[in-house]
Amino acid sequence: MANPKIKASFGFQLLTSDTGLRAQIMKYIDEYRDATLARPLIAEIKKRVTRPWVLMEICGGQTHTLMRYGIDEVLPPQVELVHGPGCPVCVTPLEVIDKALAIASLPNVTLVSYGDMLRVPGSHTDLFHVKANGADVRVAYSPMEALKIARANPTRQVVFLGIGFETTAPANAMAVWQAAREGLKNFSMLVSQVLVPPAIRMLLKSPQHRVQGFIAPGHVCTVMGFEEYVELSRDFHVPIVVGGFEPVDLLEAISMLVAQLEEGRAEVENQYVRSVARAGNRPAQEIMVKVFEVCDRKWRGIGLIPRSGLSLREEFAAFDAEKVFDVAAQDTDEPAECISALVLQGLKKPPDCPAFGERCTPANPLGAPMVSSEGACAAYYQYRRHSESARSKTP
Amino acid sequence: MCLAIPGKVLQKEDRDGALIGRVDFGGITREVQLDFVPEAEVGDYVIVHVGFALSRLDAEEAARTLELLREMGALAEEGLEDKVTSDE
Repeated sequence: MANPKIKASFGFQLLTSDTGLRAQIMKYIDEYRDATLARPLIAEIKKRVTRPWVLMEICGGQTHTLMRYGIDEVLPPQVELVHGPGCPVCVTPLEVIDKALAIASLPNVTLVSYGDMLRVPGSHTDLFHVKANGADVRVAYSPMEALKIARANPTRQVVFLGIGFETTAPANAMAVWQAAREGLKNFSMLVSQVLVPPAIRMLLKSPQHRVQGFIAPGHVCTVMGFEEYVELSRDFHVPIVVGGFEPVDLLEAISMLVAQLEEGRAEVENQYVRSVARAGNRPAQEIMVKVFEVCDRKWRGIGLIPRSGLSLREEFAAFDAEKVFDVAAQDTDEPAECISALVLQGLKKPPDCPAFGERCTPANPLGAPMVSSEGACAAYYQYRRHSESARSKTP
Repeated sequence: MCLAIPGKVLQKEDRDGALIGRVDFGGITREVQLDFVPEAEVGDYVIVHVGFALSRLDAEEAARTLELLREMGALAEEGLEDKVTSDE
């Protein structure tokens, strides 16, 4: 639904086009899309920067904002943005997708999922096609809706595809907790939760990485706080700024990172103060600890990262779809052309991929980053970064 | 999946031990679980993700940041800061 006119840089038609589409002002959103606040931040960055810097925003939602508002195009050329693995749909392992497909195809099963999982390619098919062939696959915006479906359909097995980062974990934990409290007999969750800090640590340990500063994900940190990033910053001497999701938020975070880099500092700072506290959200963390435990997790494209995921504790085994359903892992099969692994680690950009925009499009995706609403490839495609200048600066 | 949006709490009630709120998102209202932000009151803004409020928006912090940015903008307008050069 991208309007190429809206994408055109911070050309200041932006605020008008945005609010023109809606009747109401959205408080705490519109102020952070205000071009008059963006301009001094852009000027500040231009003034400060004296040498090239490579920054990574971790969250896919942040990637989309950067592309949509053309922030990558208004920044001085010395500031290069590479994109991180913060797209939960993109990093959900192929095995999990294949399992979800197998479960959805069983009789009397209702599979409930977030919308953008529907078109993510598995080894041979996707949920959308399985649904088209008669499987009961439903879209929900909250795991609590899956609970409602389970209560209303006692003869069906209702399975919720519980993917996400720390942002969705409290809600998923709550859903399982609630199901256990009610003694629901027909509800389970196929869990594929991942944690951000171990992925960043792994990335920083890789000899090929070029990232010098990070924008940490604002909503993950809303839940978890930012203590874990202090350790990372210290261990690797790298500045980290917790950033929000609106264009002014990201520009402010970039400005803070550039200031740190130019001054030789490596600290954790919080740009997203209106939502993030250092300790995070305690009640949310408590329910996560009650229901989940840390485990090793495979990230699609990246591989196994130790202690980078969450799985249901033993006492919730009755609600663990991996245990409830005996679906053997099939041979998983990634399309050979898809370079999503390199894109997710910030080593390549979507236009570097020979299939980008040609054999791989949102209607016909070869990999998850092209289909997810937070995928980098989808962002580049939607906001038209097909050109030479959008490619990586290194071969 | 990271996209959480701010909304205004219009109503709040306890329903079978769960804290349920009615939240307004710029004209569209939705039921939201407030269990993680029990201190949120009617009139407060909360950040909502997958049907749950994750934080209570700190209005003072937000106002302070915006004011600072507006000042920066005002200085720029008056030519006291470097002008933004047009896109090269």
